[in-house]
Amino acid sequence: MSSLMEEMGQKALELGIPLTVQLDITYRCNERCVHCYLDHEDHGEMTTAEYKSLLDQLAAAGVLFLSVSGGEVMIRKDFFEILEYARSLMFSVRLKTNGMLIGKREAARLREMALDSVQISIYSHRPEVHDAITLVPGSLQRSLDAVRFLKSEGLQVIIADVLMRQNFLDYPGVKALATELGVRFTLDPTVTPMIDGDRSILSLNVDPKILKNAFHDESLVGNVEEFCSTPQPGSDDELDAFPCSAGHTFCYVSPYGDVYPCVQFPLPTGNVRRTRFVDIWKHSPQMEEVRSITARDLPTCSQCVHMSSCTRCPGLAFMEGNMRGPSIQDCEKSFARTGIPSKNLDAKRAAAAGNPVAARLIQIQGVSVAPPIPSAQPAAAAMPAGD
Amino acid sequence: MSANPVTTRKRYVARSSKTAARRLGDEMMVMSPLDSTVFTLNEVAAAIWEEADGTSSLDQIVERRICQEFEVTREVALQDAEALAEELAGHGILVLSDEPIQPNDSPRQEAK
Repeated sequence: MSSLMEEMGQKALELGIPLTVQLDITYRCNERCVHCYLDHEDHGEMTTAEYKSLLDQLAAAGVLFLSVSGGEVMIRKDFFEILEYARSLMFSVRLKTNGMLIGKREAARLREMALDSVQISIYSHRPEVHDAITLVPGSLQRSLDAVRFLKSEGLQVIIADVLMRQNFLDYPGVKALATELGVRFTLDPTVTPMIDGDRSILSLNVDPKILKNAFHDESLVGNVEEFCSTPQPGSDDELDAFPCSAGHTFCYVSPYGDVYPCVQFPLPTGNVRRTRFVDIWKHSPQMEEVRSITARDLPTCSQCVHMSSCTRCPGLAFMEGNMRGPSIQDCEKSFARTGIPSKNLDAKRAAAAGNPVAARLIQIQGVSVAPPIPSAQPAAAAMPAGD
Repeated sequence: MSANPVTTRKRYVARSSKTAARRLGDEMMVMSPLDSTVFTLNEVAAAIWEEADGTSSLDQIVERRICQEFEVTREVALQDAEALAEELAGHGILVLSDEPIQPNDSPRQEAK
């Protein structure tokens, strides 16, 4: 991240401004990806007028970066109307789509809107693998056509891949394809739980050995020695820092108007159909609770050797039952990077071996997560992989 | 201060509809459509940006906003405003013209 972007983020943090918002405009989709964490029914999406009112409110609250996602965004008939309205309010818009509905004409229209970028999900360079993940025959070809149309219009395109059991052999092929097409490539190393708390899709995550190999792939992480280095003890400054931007400078709004700290942090904080966005952002007790937590307040993680370098996601921790607890998926990632188990992993092993003292360190409490509605695409720690 | 002489012709400025922008405290954050570079405009530059509606000339903007709000002479302010407008136009952030600029696809409202 550039220093100017860091300065901007710091200033937004100090001023309490939600600099970045992800807005999912629909959960409906024309693909059925096996790892998706949404249901695809329409439970009462906001109307065009409601979206325009929300966009007015987001602009007034100081949002600059707007990530428009879904579901498949272009399924909405008013997609271009919503997007054009957002651009007229001078948001920097990043669009996330599968590209299935982008032809030459749509690509030209998107170019006219001067989007920041368009991110398209590609899970393999081989149709038999990609299409088996989306469950739509011909989907790879259509998504790649969209990439080419958008690229020919001069738009910045990002190919986003997710590492899972079905496609772990193929990310080098997708990366090579991205290079050939002249677009950026990112790889998300983890499948996350469904937003309603269902964890069954976690079985799609790759084995630890494969994750370790990915984290030691120079073409993905750059300097492997640095990326996988032995963790350093956390400093006082790091202990006083906030775990991530969720609820601080970032939040998420669902197609039904529900506001969460993040798409991966389905803690209901309010609904813009009943309450003004800025009031939810500034005064929701749930947002205030999220904002009150520093690394020092995390009973297990603050004592963990990985504290200073872990990608701990408070939303995943929340979905495990405690927003102040560890996220086992991030513990596993830290272990895959460094070969050193986290405090949480140690405790789990001790518990399995029958040591009750160590077992108390486990923060998972089994609280059920039942948000009123489902949600959108994973925003997990993606690995930018060169250009 | 710029060493460039103040031009005698009227120059009109309009915010490019291709930019993204938002006020962050006392600064204006503006993203160039050419390469996604973010620029921060200080209070004076932000005031010019906000007034750049395509129909106001730079000297009118200087008169209306800069000289009213900041301790600066009209000559110096106009000279600096022209230099700023030239630079921002180079980054695709502002459109600069000798004629009033019609709002073809200009932003719906100012970034506040």
